[in-house]
Amino acid sequence: MSDKMNRKSGRDYGFETRMIHAGTQPEPVTGARQTPIFQNTSYVFHDAEHAASLFNLQTFGFIYSRLTNPTVAALEERLANLEGGRGATCCASGHAAQILAFFALMEPDDRFIASTRLYGGSITQFGKTFKKFGWQADFVDVDDPEAVRRALTPKTKAIFVESLANPGGVVSDLEALAGVAREAEIPLIVDNTMATPYLCQPFDWGADIVVHSTTKFLSGNGTSMGGAVIDSGGFDWTRNGKFPGLAAPEPAYHGLNFHETFGDMAFTMQAHAVGLRDLGATMAPMHAFQTLLGTETLSLRMERHCANARIVAEYLEGHSAVAWVSSAALASSPYRALAEKYLPRGAGSVFTIGLKGGYAAGVKMVEGCELFSHLANIGDVRSLILHPASTTHRQLSEAQQAAAGAGPEVVRLSIGLETVEDIIADLDQALAGAAA
Amino acid sequence: MSSPLTYTNSELLAILRDTRTIAMVGASPKWNRPSFFAMKYLQEKGYRVIPVNPGVAGGDILGERVYASLAEIPEKFEMVDIFRNSAAAGPITDEAIGLAKEKGIKVVWMQLGVINEDAAAKARAAGLQVVMDRCPKIEFGRLNAELSWGGFNSGIISAKRRKLRLS
Repeated sequence: MSDKMNRKSGRDYGFETRMIHAGTQPEPVTGARQTPIFQNTSYVFHDAEHAASLFNLQTFGFIYSRLTNPTVAALEERLANLEGGRGATCCASGHAAQILAFFALMEPDDRFIASTRLYGGSITQFGKTFKKFGWQADFVDVDDPEAVRRALTPKTKAIFVESLANPGGVVSDLEALAGVAREAEIPLIVDNTMATPYLCQPFDWGADIVVHSTTKFLSGNGTSMGGAVIDSGGFDWTRNGKFPGLAAPEPAYHGLNFHETFGDMAFTMQAHAVGLRDLGATMAPMHAFQTLLGTETLSLRMERHCANARIVAEYLEGHSAVAWVSSAALASSPYRALAEKYLPRGAGSVFTIGLKGGYAAGVKMVEGCELFSHLANIGDVRSLILHPASTTHRQLSEAQQAAAGAGPEVVRLSIGLETVEDIIADLDQALAGAAA
Repeated sequence: MSSPLTYTNSELLAILRDTRTIAMVGASPKWNRPSFFAMKYLQEKGYRVIPVNPGVAGGDILGERVYASLAEIPEKFEMVDIFRNSAAAGPITDEAIGLAKEKGIKVVWMQLGVINEDAAAKARAAGLQVVMDRCPKIEFGRLNAELSWGGFNSGIISAKRRKLRLS
C-alpha cells in the first residue's frame, strides 16, 4: 500500500472500487486473485490453548463454519463496507437476517414497530412466527412519524422499515423515522434489499442496522439464497437497560459482556457467536462466492435496472389496460420527493401496476408473458412478474393485502436488463391478452 | 461509533511493528475482562505484555508479574497501553513522560473510549507518539486481516498479496 492510498479509509474510495475490492484482498497463502470457495466445515487448532482462546472469543479465527467461514467473511466485509457499517453477519436468507437482527435485541414479551407496507413474507414472519418467541410486532403506517411515536411503549425495542418497499413504489422517510428511534433510544432497522447500498445509504440518514436479502440485486443472478445483517457500530447498547443480549453478562460465555469487551463490534460479534451459533441459519460458502461475484457488477446493473424500469413505468402509465402505476421513479408518485432525497441514483426496478381487469386480468397477464419469468423473486438480471394476491401475499387478509399494496388487481414487475423495447413489447402483448 | 480521531494505517502498522514490549496499565487478572483478552491476544502475537495494576501487584497475570506502577517495572518497554478511564489517563501519561528516557517509552496508547486531549498534547510535546480511542488488539487484527475473518469492515482496499503475519 502506498502511503497516499493508506491515508484513505475504506470509505474514501468510490463505491465501484469498493464493490470490487472490499473484503477480497488476494488470498495470502496462494496469491489466488479470485476469492477461494472454502467449502469446509471446520478448522484445525494450533494446540489446546489456541482452541481455548478461540472458544472464549479471545482471539480472531475460525472454529466451525456454522459461525464463520473465510468465503462468507469476505462477503460480510464487502457488504459492511458498501453500507458504511462496522461489521456484517451473513446468513441463510433474508428471513434469517431478520431473525438474527431481532434475536440480538429482543427478550420474550418485547415489542417492535414495523411498517404496514413491508414485503408480505416479512409481515407473516413478524406477525405470526415471531409470536412464538414472545416477540410482538406492532404494524404502523410509517408515512406518519407521529403515529410511530404514539405506538412506542417501554417494551418497544426497534423500528423496522424498508428503505424502498416491496412490492413497490413506497419510500420510507428514513431521517424522520431515525429521529423517532433516537428519541426513544432504540435502533432503526432498515431492510435495504430493494434499493441496495448503491441506491440508498441508510446509515447516512441515522439508521442503526441494515438487513438484506442478498438473494436479490446483490447476487443478481438468481442462483443463491442469502441474507445479511449489517451494524453501523454507532448505537450505544449500554445507554439504557433495554438490550441485555448485547450489554449484560452472557451466561453462555461465562459472563462476558459483548459491548464492554468488543465496543462497536459487539453486535456483529454477538450475531455470530450467539445468533448463528444457536439459530444455525448459516450462509453456504458457495452462496457467498456467487453473491460476491454479483456485487462486483452491482453499480452497473442497478443503473440499467433503474433506467429500464423508469422507461417501462412511464410506458405503462399511459397504457389503456392499466389503472395505475406505483413507482417512485414517476413524476406522478406521491413518494417522488422522498425518492429524490433517499434514492438519488434511481428508484429501483421493482414496482407494481393495477390492472383495470382486476384479479382475473392479473392471473391472465402473468400467464401471458413470454419474456418475463413468472416466479416469486425480484432483483434478477431477468425480468420477473408476479401476481402477489395469488402467490406471495395470499396468506394475508384482504385488508393486509391492500395495506401492503398487494390488492387483487396488483401485478408486481421486477424489470431486468434485457433490451427495453423487448420488455415493453412482451408486457404489451400480455396486457392485450389479459384484456381480451 | 467511528471516532473523529484518525490514524493512518501506515503509522499504526509502524507502531505495532516497532513495539516489542507493552506495559498494560489496568490489566485485569479476570479472564472475561477486555484487558485480559487484549493481553492474551498480544502475547500470542509475540509481544511481551507487562501488567500494571496496584490492586493485584505482586501477583501474576498470564505468566507475567504484576507491578503497582510504571516506575516499578525493571525492564524497558516501548509502549504504555492505558486500560483506565480518560481522567486516569492524565496522571498515567505524566508518569510515562517522566520515565520515557529511562524506560525507552515511545508510544502512549489509550484504549477504546479513552480520550484525554491534554495528556496527549503533553506527551506529543515530550516527543512521544499518541494513539487514543483504539485497541492495539483490534488494530493488529484489522491490519493483518484477522478482523475481516469476523465479518468486520477493515477499511483496507488493496490488490497486493498480503504478507503472512499470523501468530
